[in-house]
Amino acid sequence: MSGYSAYSTTVDAAPLGYGEHAGARGHGAGGPASARIVIGYGFWIFLLSDFVMFSCFFAAYAVLAGQTAGGPTARQVFDPGSVAIETACLLLSSFVCGLATLAVAGASQLWTHVALLVSGLFGFVFVLLEAREFAGLVEMGAGPQRSAFLTAFFTLVGCHGLHVSLGLLWLGTMMAQFYAKGFRRNIRHRFLCFSLFWHALDIIWVAIFSLVYLVGTVL
Amino acid sequence: MLVTIREPSPNGSRNEALSRAFLSVANRRLLAMPSISSRCCRATAALIAVTTIPDFAAAQSVLAPAGPVGAQERVILLDSLAIMLAIVIPTMAATLACVWWFRASNTRAIHMPDWNYSGKLELLVWSIPTLAILFLGGLIWASSHDLDPSQPLTSNVPPLQVQVVALDWKWLFIYPQQNVASVNELIVPAGTPLHFEITSATVFNVFFVPRLGSEIYAMHGMMTQLNLQADRPGNYLGLSAQFSGDGFAGMHFEVNSMSPAQFERWIAAARSNGPQLDDAAYRGLLRQSQNVRPYTYRAVQPGLFGRVVTQNLPPGEGPPLNTPNSNVRPFGGK
Amino acid sequence: MNILGKLTWQAIPFDQPIPLTAGATVIGIFIAVLVWITVKGYWPYLWKEWITSVDHKRIGIMYCILGLLMLLRGFIDALMMRSQQALAYAAPGYLPPEHYDQIFSAHGTIMIFFGAMPFVIGLINFAVPLQLGVRDVAFPTFNSVSFWLTATGALLVNLSLVIGEFARTGWLPYPPLSELRYSPGVGVDYYLWAVQISGVGTLMTGVNFVTTILKTRAPGMTYMRMTMFTWTALAACLLIVAAFPVLTATLAMLTLDRYAGFHFFTNEAGGNAMMFVSLIWAWGHPEVYILVLPAFGIFSEVVSTFSHKALFGYRSMVAATMVICIVSFLVWLHHFFTMGAGGDVNATFGIATTIIAVATGVKMYSWLFTMYGGRIRFTTPMLWSLGFMVTFIIGGMTGVLLAVPPADFLLHNSMFLVAHFHNVIIGGVLFGAFAGMSYWFPKAFGFRLHEGWGKAAFWFAFVGFYVVFVPFYVAGLLGMTRRMQHYDVPAWHIWMVIAAFGTLILACGAACQVMQIIVSVLRRDELRDLTGDPWNARSLEWSAASPPPSFDYAVLPRVECLDAYWRIKQRALELGRLRDEPDYKPVEMPRNSPTGFICAAFATIMGFSMIWHIWWLVGVGFIGAFATFVVFAWRDIPEYVIPAAEVARLDRANRDARRQALETYLAQAE
Repeated sequence: MSGYSAYSTTVDAAPLGYGEHAGARGHGAGGPASARIVIGYGFWIFLLSDFVMFSCFFAAYAVLAGQTAGGPTARQVFDPGSVAIETACLLLSSFVCGLATLAVAGASQLWTHVALLVSGLFGFVFVLLEAREFAGLVEMGAGPQRSAFLTAFFTLVGCHGLHVSLGLLWLGTMMAQFYAKGFRRNIRHRFLCFSLFWHALDIIWVAIFSLVYLVGTVL
Repeated sequence: MLVTIREPSPNGSRNEALSRAFLSVANRRLLAMPSISSRCCRATAALIAVTTIPDFAAAQSVLAPAGPVGAQERVILLDSLAIMLAIVIPTMAATLACVWWFRASNTRAIHMPDWNYSGKLELLVWSIPTLAILFLGGLIWASSHDLDPSQPLTSNVPPLQVQVVALDWKWLFIYPQQNVASVNELIVPAGTPLHFEITSATVFNVFFVPRLGSEIYAMHGMMTQLNLQADRPGNYLGLSAQFSGDGFAGMHFEVNSMSPAQFERWIAAARSNGPQLDDAAYRGLLRQSQNVRPYTYRAVQPGLFGRVVTQNLPPGEGPPLNTPNSNVRPFGGK
Repeated sequence: MNILGKLTWQAIPFDQPIPLTAGATVIGIFIAVLVWITVKGYWPYLWKEWITSVDHKRIGIMYCILGLLMLLRGFIDALMMRSQQALAYAAPGYLPPEHYDQIFSAHGTIMIFFGAMPFVIGLINFAVPLQLGVRDVAFPTFNSVSFWLTATGALLVNLSLVIGEFARTGWLPYPPLSELRYSPGVGVDYYLWAVQISGVGTLMTGVNFVTTILKTRAPGMTYMRMTMFTWTALAACLLIVAAFPVLTATLAMLTLDRYAGFHFFTNEAGGNAMMFVSLIWAWGHPEVYILVLPAFGIFSEVVSTFSHKALFGYRSMVAATMVICIVSFLVWLHHFFTMGAGGDVNATFGIATTIIAVATGVKMYSWLFTMYGGRIRFTTPMLWSLGFMVTFIIGGMTGVLLAVPPADFLLHNSMFLVAHFHNVIIGGVLFGAFAGMSYWFPKAFGFRLHEGWGKAAFWFAFVGFYVVFVPFYVAGLLGMTRRMQHYDVPAWHIWMVIAAFGTLILACGAACQVMQIIVSVLRRDELRDLTGDPWNARSLEWSAASPPPSFDYAVLPRVECLDAYWRIKQRALELGRLRDEPDYKPVEMPRNSPTGFICAAFATIMGFSMIWHIWWLVGVGFIGAFATFVVFAWRDIPEYVIPAAEVARLDRANRDARRQALETYLAQAE
């Protein structure tokens, strides 16, 4: 049967032979895409999966929002003022992260660090405010163990808060890397992923803000 | 084999005849198959057939329905099977024939190494299953509505109400009209529609009497409805079809279908002795226990079932927590 | 507060001889293997070439080995269940409920998550980059992390054998049974952490391969030139990306209920256990297709190769694959028709389910027409494929039967259901995995698997399958429900005895499969694949040497059509010579990295200490895993360079083998 077996491993010594040096676009015709595209694309796919995970927590919240088990309702526990400040912090943080992207593109150590620091501070304030909100709720007996509604609320919002906290950890690592290694290609790629992540958390927050807080306090 | 599905079969006699025909064919087939080879084989086959072809009724088979719901569901089952076999058998035969004929050593077979596309054939391969599914889809749509478990049965006899509570690991049956209750034994009058309201005091269970048809979940804080009927007096096995913990295998109940007169006598007897089902007695039932022998309650506190459904009574207790190893490898109650 | 949380000597089941003996045996074998490796001095080799490898082929092979080991482990559970049910007619049998319940839960969990999944993902890992004509996956180091996280999950499940207990809830831990009140032991926690950790690994695999297939393909490899296996791998990985986060979220909710007193699924405070069922099947149904779609891809490759023909109806096959990929998300409710959703809902999901059967039917016919006009060679991979075609038709049929709600009202949770899903998972996924293993084995190791033992394994598995599962179908029709530790209905008994006998036939099959590997390794010189193309196959991977060099292709191939390698061979025959030698250049490849292994070691610590409530150790695990990633991020040189001379040397050897084969063939033709 191996009689037919015959022929060459190489077809053409194509100049496009080498992954990321080819400068090709990954559309099939031109060979593998560049590392920047591959990394960014892969990270987007990961973010999509993260959105799917959040959608489960949203679904759980939608199912359980009415199940207060005699405990406090949404209107009784949400504080629109604090949430407005949290929202402002998070959006500002993302805006400044966008400025950091420009600084990275310009390879400016000073402005990169300033922007990332400011972005991180806004994020940190967001986490602090959220932690304060949670602590207040637990103190008034409206913790996650009180009812299915509060369980779903704490989990959905807390999961976002956990993402922001891990993002802060990542942000700190990013700053250290820029400081120690400079604007090398692979570190820029990582920063691309970080900024995608940071903006994606805004999208989630906008959904939380409207579907949880606005619907909860207005309806 | 195809039977119009909308046709109601009140006593299931026609279906019974059908299934008997089906079984006798199956019987003959099983006996005939190995006879090709040798006598010895035939003897073995006969032995297997005799020992294994089951008495469907005694086996609690879903193919031996004892009521209209099970009978209609069996018709749907066999009809769907027939529709699919009409495609599956030719496909399988064609596959085997194709494999054999186009074996590499067969020099008479044509060889078409580059033939990999035919628009007509591709249209055909999409349309055959699509047509079958259209047909089956109609059957699914109609039968899902006709045989929805919450659909009341048409009958001149007013239905008997039974409230069912799944417990760890026993079944509680409350007869609200008669104000009695029983554990692990379901006594019903033959020929009377039965309307079940089903819930669970503990984990998920499934209420299932194979010979009557339609199983349905018993879930805490929720109530499902089921309509069944036993046509003739008889004994049927009832069980839980959803695994519910260590005592699951023993969590079955006896369904005893009797004449309406006998049923009245049973009610009278149940009323005259046994404990009373009140809050305290119910809380006792919440403790885990296995292989509980059937017994009856002479009276039931009104509204008990409703309070179970609305979670106004505590849920089942779960395994005892006072044993030394209970939060590592706990043991269920005995 | 105990420094070891809930962990005490009482966790070891000294009172139960069966798990204790089994555990001691496993630990004994494990230690013996470690000692053997140490004595032989294999550690440096293992560490450098396997444990820290980020080569997709090595990782694929390790996945397959893990899958095979876990299949054996799960099969032992199956033997125990079958023997218990054969003995437990009107008798308690030899396994008490608390043990039997763990066994069927472990059987399902191990077979799906740690047997079938790694096996299928291993084959994807090995073959897809080769079929795409590229040198590695998009994220090689994360690929290694994925594998080791899966291994962590498998390790945790097996630890539960000797330390504590495993879940007694079934392979999908339906609450409220899996809630703290009804399952206060550590069993469900073992399940949660094992599946959660390996699930993260699987999700990363999904992301990795979607990116690889969509963004890194050889020049000219357009979508409609990709092999069917690559297409099905893409569909499966898209399903992973969309479905595994649902599993992660659902298990996280149950974890919060159990660890923090939350009320997602509890019987108190408004929790809703039905939501768990809905969510878990929103993952669980796509999961079935994550397993079976790649198997369909393998059959497409194998049937076409061994029929000596191109695949019939390629575009229909691609369309059918994507139809299945999408519709598989719209059918999950058919797992609980009996929860009383009502006629409209049940009918809608029933009909949606049957649509999948249309797409599967198209595939079935396409394989049939692929064989039509072919020259079929009955090699081991082809036998597995033919066994699949016959068996899967039956499994598909009973599946559609169960999708008819009134029929499901009679058969839900019965032995008929158990027979159905084993019919599609064994007949589909396992037969596919074994077909794939015997098909690509020569590519991976440079020698073929022994045909005799392989065929014996197939026939035992094929016959054994029917002897086990036809009785299941019958028992289901006789009213027998699943997961019964004992039963009293006499008519069920004989069928359980026959099924138990069938598992012995399957055991012979398993033994033959093990023998096949041992014999093949011993006789590898006679079975050597010298040409790199032992089956006269069609897709690109067969143009690489067997085994391929670490960089797969010296120069990325330029793809001009479907069945690219077939075209290359045809051209070589026409010209009577190989194409010109390419201009060799140095190749950059990713460096090995211990990140995956170390990270998984910390994940194991974290999972174990979560299960036993050893909170300080959880912190150690988390910090360790984070630190591992930071260290990984800090490395300066992620790649190493293979000099052009070395590339040329390896590729010329491959070209020489092909040239000889070509010349031999041409000489014979004259």
